[in-house]
Amino acid sequence: MRDEATFRVKAGLAEMLKGGVIMDVVTPEEAKVAEDAGAVAVMALERVPSDIRRDGGVARMSDPAMIRGIQEAVTIPVMAKARIGHIAEAQVLEALEVDYVDESEVLTPADEANHIDKWGYRIPFVCGATNLGEALRRIGEGAAMIRSKGEAGTGDIVEAVRHMRRIGSEIRALTVMDDAQLATAAKEHAAPLELVRAVARDGRLPVVLFSAGGIATPADASLMMQLGAEGVFVGSGIFKSEDPAARGRAIVEATTHFADAERVARASEGLGTAMASLEARKLEAGQLLAGRGW
Amino acid sequence: MAKRIGVLALQGDFAAHTTVLRDLGAEVREVRVPADLEGLDGLIIPGGESTTMTLGIEREGLAEPLRAFVQDGGAVLGTCAGMIMLDRAHLGLADWTCRRNAFGRQVRSFEADLTLPGIAGDPVRAVFIRAPWVESHGDGVEVLAEVEGHVVAARQDRMLAVSFHPELTGESRIHAAWLQTI
Repeated sequence: MRDEATFRVKAGLAEMLKGGVIMDVVTPEEAKVAEDAGAVAVMALERVPSDIRRDGGVARMSDPAMIRGIQEAVTIPVMAKARIGHIAEAQVLEALEVDYVDESEVLTPADEANHIDKWGYRIPFVCGATNLGEALRRIGEGAAMIRSKGEAGTGDIVEAVRHMRRIGSEIRALTVMDDAQLATAAKEHAAPLELVRAVARDGRLPVVLFSAGGIATPADASLMMQLGAEGVFVGSGIFKSEDPAARGRAIVEATTHFADAERVARASEGLGTAMASLEARKLEAGQLLAGRGW
Repeated sequence: MAKRIGVLALQGDFAAHTTVLRDLGAEVREVRVPADLEGLDGLIIPGGESTTMTLGIEREGLAEPLRAFVQDGGAVLGTCAGMIMLDRAHLGLADWTCRRNAFGRQVRSFEADLTLPGIAGDPVRAVFIRAPWVESHGDGVEVLAEVEGHVVAARQDRMLAVSFHPELTGESRIHAAWLQTI
């Protein structure tokens, strides 16, 4: 008797990605460079976040032909982004048999009230979160992996740090509460009580937690791992830098050896120029991506 | 005396193995560089991405030390990517060849009940994630379990490999049986 698409199977793939780097790619060629640099998975999208910022307009799911090309180019898992609430894009990605769908605030939201009901799909979903309540709402909707959002396409780590620190401190706060306080906390976080209880018991999210949004250097990756990330997503940080292959390898190395400063130092040497960056706090409210999703 | 077990920690679900081993009373060390292999009785190669792990083994210069560890009598348990790492095309320690992502993409990942020799009681609830199988093997390899006619658990000398993830389901009997042999 074999059971496919169980939650354990969906969340299980994220377990296999731990300690790894998931890299944004827009072509099969980039996907191959990412795989050769040691990426645990690639994220296929139409444009990397920094280009979405620069060019503006509506950002959508990638061309399926591009996704198929990437699937043919590499043997590591291929993820792809769908717009928040865009059930048809998610269905298309399921039909393409991508390994994970990222219901992502980096794309322009399709539904301003509802996220996708992710329980209805056979493929797993990863979603972004800026705080614990948002993470648990997504898990309640069926997400099998969470990434802290950060501020994609900036190369500024400050928002990623803010979100990871907040999720971490909100988790720790739950672990010392009694049952009555947990019920109140569930209300305050606007999160399902059973998930709040599970977090209080285990001291961690019930699914794997990665970090994203602003990681541009090996030290950035080490920082996020030290703050409790179980792996990192790197978007514009690799393919918008001077030497993507070398920077990709270096971020992979720093993610494995995040606690060993000498290794992070060595990995950081001679990588050329990092991506062109934007200071997140100088962005106007309408330019911020992390506020998308609810 | 507690057995000293290393868990290859370049990437993957190594922490889940660490938890199972500690619960069974083993002394556990994460292995990232050759020096970490010093003094170990056994080693687990966990699940993860085999491509990433292969590149990591290369970067750290771990291939030769890992081979020497096994050739000097060290015991190894490989799960999923670990089964691949041991095969003819990777570390070349086991006389088998794996087919990667053999069951298909993630949408074909599954769980199933499996009966394994030496594991008493209920069947093992085996979780297969983009799992490999053993495509071909030599005479010295003992096949322990199959799914739909494909080898998903095998043993040769001091190497035990399964293409599923006992570490993800609270299943400790396979780890316990392996520790007994050390």
